[in-house]
Amino acid sequence: MAEVEKKEVAAATPPWKPKPRPIVRLGIVLISHSLLVSVVCCTAGVVALFLLPMLAKNTYISENALMPGSASSMLSNDDISEAERLAKDLTSLNSGAADAGIERRRVLAKYLSDLGVEVGYHKFEPHQNQFHPLHFFSSPDSGLSRENGSCSSYGINVVGIIRAPQADGKEAIVLVTPFNFRKNSSSEALSISIGYAVFSLLSRVTWLAKDIIWLVADSQYGEYASVASWLRDYHIPVFSASSSDNADSCFEGNNINLLREESLDQTEISSGFRRAGTMAAALVLKVTDVKGQLEDTLSVYAEASNGQMPNLDLINVVNYLAVHRQGLRVKVEKFISVLRWEWIWVLGDTLNFIGKVAGSLNPEWKFGISTPDYVEGTATLANLLYRQALGIPTGPHGAFRDFQVDAITLEISPKVVYTNQGRRNEFILRSARLIEGVVRSVNNLLEKFHQSFFLYLLTSPAKFVSVGVYMIGFALLVAPLPLVAASLYVDANKPDPSSQGPKHKLQINFKPWKWLSAAKQVFTVHAWGVFVSLLPYFISQIPNSTPAAHSIIWFSLSTFGLLVLYLITKSPFKPQKGEWENLKSVTISVVFIGLLLMSVVNFATAQIGALVLVPACLLAQPLKLDIRDASLKSFLRIACNVFISFVAFPPVGFFVLKGVNEGSGNMDVGEFWTWLESLWAWNSATYIYIGMVHLPCWVLCLHILLHSC
Amino acid sequence: MWLPLRLTLLFLFLLLSPRALLRSGSAAVVSGEEEEFHEELLLKPLPDRKVLAHFHFHSIAPPSKSNGRHHHLFPKAISQLVQKFRVKEMELSFTQGRWNYERWGGFDPISSNNAKPPGVELWAVFDVPEDQVDAYWKNLTNSLSGLFCASINFLESSTMYSAPKWSFRITPGSLRYGTLPREAVCTENLTPWLKLLPCRDKAGLAALLDRPSIYKGFYHSQRLYLTSNASVPAETVSGISLEQTLTVVLQPNSPSSSSIHSGESNFQPSWSLSSIFGRKISGKCVIAQSSIVYLQLEKSIFSEQKDNMDNGPNSLASEGFAGGSGFEMSLDPDIVIEEENQSQHKGSSVLYGFWVEKYNESQPLDLGLKWKYPVFWSSQQAPLHASRFLMGSGNERGAIAILFKSTNSADSSSGSRHVSDGCELQVDVFQVVPWYIKVYYHSLQIFVDDEAKPIGDFVHKIQVSPSKDKTSPGMMEMLLKLPCDVRSAALTLEFDKGFLHIDEYPPDANQGYDIPSAVISFPRFHSVMHLLSNDSIRKSPLLSRFQEKNRVQSYTEVLLVPLTTPDFSMPYNVITITCTVFALFFGSLLNVLRRRVGEEERYLKAGKKKGWLRVLLSRLLAKFRGKPMEEPDQPSSESAPLIGKKLVLKVILVAVLAVAWQFYST
Repeated sequence: MAEVEKKEVAAATPPWKPKPRPIVRLGIVLISHSLLVSVVCCTAGVVALFLLPMLAKNTYISENALMPGSASSMLSNDDISEAERLAKDLTSLNSGAADAGIERRRVLAKYLSDLGVEVGYHKFEPHQNQFHPLHFFSSPDSGLSRENGSCSSYGINVVGIIRAPQADGKEAIVLVTPFNFRKNSSSEALSISIGYAVFSLLSRVTWLAKDIIWLVADSQYGEYASVASWLRDYHIPVFSASSSDNADSCFEGNNINLLREESLDQTEISSGFRRAGTMAAALVLKVTDVKGQLEDTLSVYAEASNGQMPNLDLINVVNYLAVHRQGLRVKVEKFISVLRWEWIWVLGDTLNFIGKVAGSLNPEWKFGISTPDYVEGTATLANLLYRQALGIPTGPHGAFRDFQVDAITLEISPKVVYTNQGRRNEFILRSARLIEGVVRSVNNLLEKFHQSFFLYLLTSPAKFVSVGVYMIGFALLVAPLPLVAASLYVDANKPDPSSQGPKHKLQINFKPWKWLSAAKQVFTVHAWGVFVSLLPYFISQIPNSTPAAHSIIWFSLSTFGLLVLYLITKSPFKPQKGEWENLKSVTISVVFIGLLLMSVVNFATAQIGALVLVPACLLAQPLKLDIRDASLKSFLRIACNVFISFVAFPPVGFFVLKGVNEGSGNMDVGEFWTWLESLWAWNSATYIYIGMVHLPCWVLCLHILLHSC
Repeated sequence: MWLPLRLTLLFLFLLLSPRALLRSGSAAVVSGEEEEFHEELLLKPLPDRKVLAHFHFHSIAPPSKSNGRHHHLFPKAISQLVQKFRVKEMELSFTQGRWNYERWGGFDPISSNNAKPPGVELWAVFDVPEDQVDAYWKNLTNSLSGLFCASINFLESSTMYSAPKWSFRITPGSLRYGTLPREAVCTENLTPWLKLLPCRDKAGLAALLDRPSIYKGFYHSQRLYLTSNASVPAETVSGISLEQTLTVVLQPNSPSSSSIHSGESNFQPSWSLSSIFGRKISGKCVIAQSSIVYLQLEKSIFSEQKDNMDNGPNSLASEGFAGGSGFEMSLDPDIVIEEENQSQHKGSSVLYGFWVEKYNESQPLDLGLKWKYPVFWSSQQAPLHASRFLMGSGNERGAIAILFKSTNSADSSSGSRHVSDGCELQVDVFQVVPWYIKVYYHSLQIFVDDEAKPIGDFVHKIQVSPSKDKTSPGMMEMLLKLPCDVRSAALTLEFDKGFLHIDEYPPDANQGYDIPSAVISFPRFHSVMHLLSNDSIRKSPLLSRFQEKNRVQSYTEVLLVPLTTPDFSMPYNVITITCTVFALFFGSLLNVLRRRVGEEERYLKAGKKKGWLRVLLSRLLAKFRGKPMEEPDQPSSESAPLIGKKLVLKVILVAVLAVAWQFYST
């Protein structure tokens, strides 16, 4: 950009010197028509975003080695009845008893060791995610939060490992079923049934090439925490375990001793941590009760931390087997509220009509999509973008992605709560066959998952938009930013037509300094942004206070900080000509850089951020000027500016989004704090983005709007 | 002159009346100068309802002057190999599956000698000067590669083998060691191995080797071990002893899978040779000196039975095969050999021998074992159970951890205590790491009983040869001295993942790269069976092998390290194609457009005649140059948009016509 400007200056001064290169001139044309270009590009960017459901392609299994569904299922009714026996044994235990949890684990371990597999217990301390300003983007650390665990809160996972006969044990497939050992839940018992049925089959088959790990995750402290701590101990074990000594003195520690005693009898169950090789893929299996469904459905959750997705092939295999083999309805979560928006339906109709007309003109132009499909796709896409942008994993599978293991959560919900044993068995059989098929496919895999996409957006379980397509919209959206910045810079530094002559050269010499002062301002505001995003760490240390109080303290401290900054850095002189242009130019450049960086870290955040920030930055112009102008255009601009800068304020944006989603119910100030707390607790990059890019730029836009020029 | 004659006579005699000869006691005929061949099979039920079958074939060629290059029984390929490459000792193993040290034992001679890492392992000791060893090794690997239809030739590269000094095996001479963890083992490797046997798999015990059943098992390791007494005079051919073993762990066909569900899982499955292998032994290999089938049972089974049985007292351990005890053999053994009870180790066993020569086609040997009571026992364990795993994730760095766990935690008072006076448990660790795993040996950490300890306290001796990029692998030999009552010990070594050169990557995305198994051995522990001395034992190579003092050895898991693999094909395609197209197209186009500088300027000066496009162009150009418009004539510039509108109208008209035509034509 700076280069272009230099050339521009060079081109402007010498009258008939060698002509600049065509590419430079192209740039110059674009810069000089930046208004038109930015309007066209921004519109095109938004349109491209809304076209994405139309541009979605059907998924296909890219890796030939997977061969889903090519082998017939070996699962028999014997496995099912045995699994149901286990489930009955587990649920029949008195849930009120204090040691029901231990007893259940023992029953489960007994069943597993009867299969001839290796069984182990894994004890863990569920640690709360604590905000720490320096631990963003750092790898999961095992020693982080070991010191402050109270005795009463230990969970124990049960792990069974099938060693694949004839294999070298370098790789493993993980199967996870969350189970609360303390509580009786029919749906969790159902998921244990399915898991056990698959596991008992796999312990007998001869075709395994990878070891199978079945983790029955103790979900009494949350599903994610148990899986994450197991994974941490798997990958980053701590050998100098001072904490385990404390643990043994605790109550739960006694429990594990009880379990150990039993293990000595049979020499099958070991208390040591058992490992298999590198994990190839992981499946989290859950059964939920959802009322009012027409058929058995399977929901697929794939978003891990910071919007990372597993390889598309994994979803494809699940989708293929569920739909074409087991006859389950597969769905991906979507925003229900989008389905109610009238304008989306109108847009869908319009696109449908355009598609039809185009199709009638040339039958080869098949970009039409039926309106319900379009709306559903948009709702799914919106939900996916929102989930990715939040950066919070949607299930226990997120813990696997932190260790570069492809994982998804499969949530199976039966049509009704089965009371009839036959129907129930049939449901278990179908679900277990699905899992068996997926395991068999992954087992076939010779390499890592690599063939299909890692960067994609799903518009339905069987349709996806690849990175090459969805990046276009974003690129169009941010493309005007450097152009406008350049043109503003040129405008600001144009020699005054009134003061020509001897001063001419002097002014050119002064140009860089103006730019620097604007940069200084931008930098201080960004430093303030860093300060604001670090504040919650200290505020959260305050004991005994509500989220509402936290957010008020935070807000007031931030405002105070901004005021102090303003007072310190406010220049005593009257504003110079072109100051706000320079400021805007630098702001836009910074927004551009910030958005580009963010699009690499988390695309969805960058996309949503660009939708807000790009118009805000491009439209920003001192209100004084517009008021002075007093034309329709300027009034329109004032209205836009006020609206956008109101909505772009993060708390306001949050509540607006919430209102749109859930209806304007009770709004609590504390909710925003809780929301942000969850963001930093999950190490979401969105938090950094809001604190260090969005908020400072919003302040700068406000500063430009209120500029006294 | 008389010796060949005698041999041919003997051979004729063998052919004519083998049974008579053998009955009359073949040992008297065969003197020390004869080539010998023995075949033996050891069957052993394992605690986890599986059966171990260990085939042992032993060929001996005595040193001789007169035989020259010719042998009667001994495989010529092997003797040529030994003579050409001056091999003093060599072991080659092909393994599929993993030996389960926890369940199948880690202390007895079979697990110490025959449990091998997955893939191919080869080591050899050469009787040549140190500077020629590498050359001999390379030739040997290539020969073996051809001989066994395996990619052993990859061990030729200096990045693949190493020269352990003391931790792997204490042998005088120059040892080279290499493994190929990824080598797939199948029948194509078995056939050449069988070819080395005098009867192949046509007769004798090898006839049992039904391919589908032996490759269906849980562990399959075929091994070839040879020693030659190289210290013979130059003109004679050195004597060679060749030991071929095949160790398989099979799952006897349980009646059906329903037995697991019906809760009768406590019963050990009953089996017979024909149910395991699908074949029976119909006589020995006629030229074998001995052909014996052994059945090995742990003595602890008998004590279990005593507990279980109500009418126990009259059935003693030694009479376990008799009808009333917990199991039943389909045949009466010809010989019962008991292991001397060793005070420090609980596990001792009983061997039942069956002479194969007693059986023939009409009455084949089909040894079966039938359990009457559910029995439990556990195999003898090595003092420490070693496991190895990778720590960390990501493409940049990680750590290798070797974890030792004491196996005798329950009875720590007995066991290893009196083995050494200072009560130290010596552990040798030998680990080879490929060069692209850049191990930082200084980062070695030791945790004993969950506490970080200084290295000097436990590492008695360590020898490290760091890897050289693309030249040699990193090798670590370490002698640990741990206290006897150690519960667990862990070693960690950090590493960085290196980058391979572009042509060293496999052409497609890959699974990852292997770190070969580490070898853990316990020099103070010996896997010896103290059998009660018997004449028949001395003649049996298998049993005499069991009585040799070998140190207890185990292998750890093979590790898989995912390295950063760039997806070479996609960027290559995209970049090359798009760049070429764009460069060709735009370069030439712009060049053509821009070459007419003079002409353009002429047009600029003669502004009157310009068309609307050129006027627009010149105006734009002028605008970029920051100069006011040069052309004074307004009318033409005003007319320009007029013409433009016309043109646009024309274009729209044509487009509408086209659309309409399309619309109605379809």
